[in-house]
Amino acid sequence: MRKLSKIAAAVSLAMGVAAGPALAEDPLKVGFLYVGPVSDFGYSYQHDQARQYLEKEFGDKIETTYIENVTEPADAERAIERLARSGHELIFTTSFGFMNPTLKVAKRFPDVKFEHATGYKRAKNVSTYSARFYEARYVMGQIAASESKTGVAGYVAAFPIPEVVRGMNSFMLGAQSVNPDFKIKIIWANSWYDPGREADAAKALIDQGADVIVQHTDSPAPLQIAQERGVLTFGQASDMIKFAPEAQASALVNDWKSYYKNRVEAVMNDTWESSDTWGGFKAEMVRMAPYANVSEETIKLANETVAKLEAGEFHPFTGPVMKQDGSEWLKEGETADDGTLLGMNFYVKGFTDSLPN
Amino acid sequence: MNGFEALVLTIITASTPLLLAAIGELVVERSGVLNLGVEGMMIVGAVAAFGVAHVTGSPLLGVVAALFAGVAMSVLFGVLTLNLMANQVATGLALTILGLGLSGMIGEGFIGEPGQRLAALHIPVLSDLPLVGSIVFSQDILVYASIALVIGTYHFLFRTRSGLILRAVGDNHTSAHALGYSVIKVRFLAVMFGGACAGLAGAYLSLAYTPQWVEGMTAGRGWIALALVVFASWRPNRVLIGAYLFGAVSILQFHAQAAGIGVPSQLMSAMPYLATIIVLIIISRNVTLTKTNTPACLGKAFVPDR
Repeated sequence: MRKLSKIAAAVSLAMGVAAGPALAEDPLKVGFLYVGPVSDFGYSYQHDQARQYLEKEFGDKIETTYIENVTEPADAERAIERLARSGHELIFTTSFGFMNPTLKVAKRFPDVKFEHATGYKRAKNVSTYSARFYEARYVMGQIAASESKTGVAGYVAAFPIPEVVRGMNSFMLGAQSVNPDFKIKIIWANSWYDPGREADAAKALIDQGADVIVQHTDSPAPLQIAQERGVLTFGQASDMIKFAPEAQASALVNDWKSYYKNRVEAVMNDTWESSDTWGGFKAEMVRMAPYANVSEETIKLANETVAKLEAGEFHPFTGPVMKQDGSEWLKEGETADDGTLLGMNFYVKGFTDSLPN
Repeated sequence: MNGFEALVLTIITASTPLLLAAIGELVVERSGVLNLGVEGMMIVGAVAAFGVAHVTGSPLLGVVAALFAGVAMSVLFGVLTLNLMANQVATGLALTILGLGLSGMIGEGFIGEPGQRLAALHIPVLSDLPLVGSIVFSQDILVYASIALVIGTYHFLFRTRSGLILRAVGDNHTSAHALGYSVIKVRFLAVMFGGACAGLAGAYLSLAYTPQWVEGMTAGRGWIALALVVFASWRPNRVLIGAYLFGAVSILQFHAQAAGIGVPSQLMSAMPYLATIIVLIIISRNVTLTKTNTPACLGKAFVPDR
């Protein structure tokens, strides 16, 4: 695919030179940089799904190129520069570690537009974007608490960073909205990606009484264990129902399609501006996979919450919310500000473990 | 299934791939060859097993395919290091990188496909016994193979003439050559055995441990197997202890975390490594014995002078 698009690029370049100004409508070249393989069936896979969607949507008006498996940040600068140099006008760098390389290259190519995912540094030609995955985790919490018989969920987590802790808190608040005494057992796998360890962690959690498995790691291994042991579970990043046809309740799906489409259109219409986007259901950047293996009432509850999130009427972190030690964090009706959420390093009330630092 | 049973079953699952890969590497190193490509051979075995099982619908054929894939990788290593005298360390590392890349390429079409699970054997009467039935008599074929390989390797190395020759080649290749033994041939066979075992370890990962294919799913288990061989001072029985100890501590620390014991998770994750190293060092604290066990020609290239 990559090679094909390269050849296409070379051909079109040659044609452009030959035909000169006669060819007014050159396709817009859009480049993508992925940290993992597109075949990871998770994070990079979802970005690539959106890239393929762009190709389908815009047809021959655009041309896309991607570079996968880019070590961050060692190889990133070279890779980004290569995209910029070869005439790409819009470049998506899709991982946190690409932040500084993106800014460096952006400085040298002021006419190229850059979009960096999950970072916080911007420039005149660098936008940032990310998704409010925690919104989906609130819905997952509600589903888990509605369906659980033991009142205990098992959480396979990667590392105690704000992104993960925020998701846990949101899940807990969702669960507590249904069952105030809901418990979460946590195992830190200390790895984003090790199918064996993730599976072992899921087994240990189920053996200790969890009847719902939630994960914030990247492989479908915990889903398979849930399927084998007959407990409920959720897919991560993409719909993983194939791995747990009788166990997956839904999945947190990263959906970059509409954002990418908007940004490409903005470049085409010359309305592109540097911006910071952190969108959830409302921005269509997060969605739930089709519900399965849960009761009608649960689906109804989940749909209601999703509808409110889509309408922007509801924030998962709405007071009163207490911190784990019982001190007040959010007053009645108050919602959390993005700054606190982005740096979240504490549990809300209800967790029994202490947060590793 | 009660809690204890579940715990033991999980430990067996976590230990078996390490044991399979380590026992193969032990024989390789006993013959005087250091093959650092275990991880690479293992992952190629994993993708071959998954692919063949997926296409044919038979996990057993997958196991056979993994065996051959592991051997194929090891033959490449053998030709480069034994015939062409390439540096063993560098070639082994290259083999790992090659294996990771190659498996990713081969496995591209299998991403997101749930796999075939290697079925557990069911022995009438015995499998239905309480406790021992599920733990001892209801495992899959690779678990039994791993135990059989340990016993077989022990017997071969220390109770047979061929085993003695293999150890002689590893301890002093010049003398072995002078006595008329073909050093290269013995080493080549050992390397192939190592490849076969690593392939089986890979098959266990993609067919039994987590029946799926994802890139890099070995996640460093080949390196742990390599370390186990050294810390077990090249003794098959200690490799068995080491692999199961590592598996057991890995699983127990997960249980401790889930039970909410207030130990930092980072320390918990380091526990399997610490515990295994400490125990194996204590077992092999007799320095003289350890020295006799260490293959003296480990990693040295052999050029037949006549």
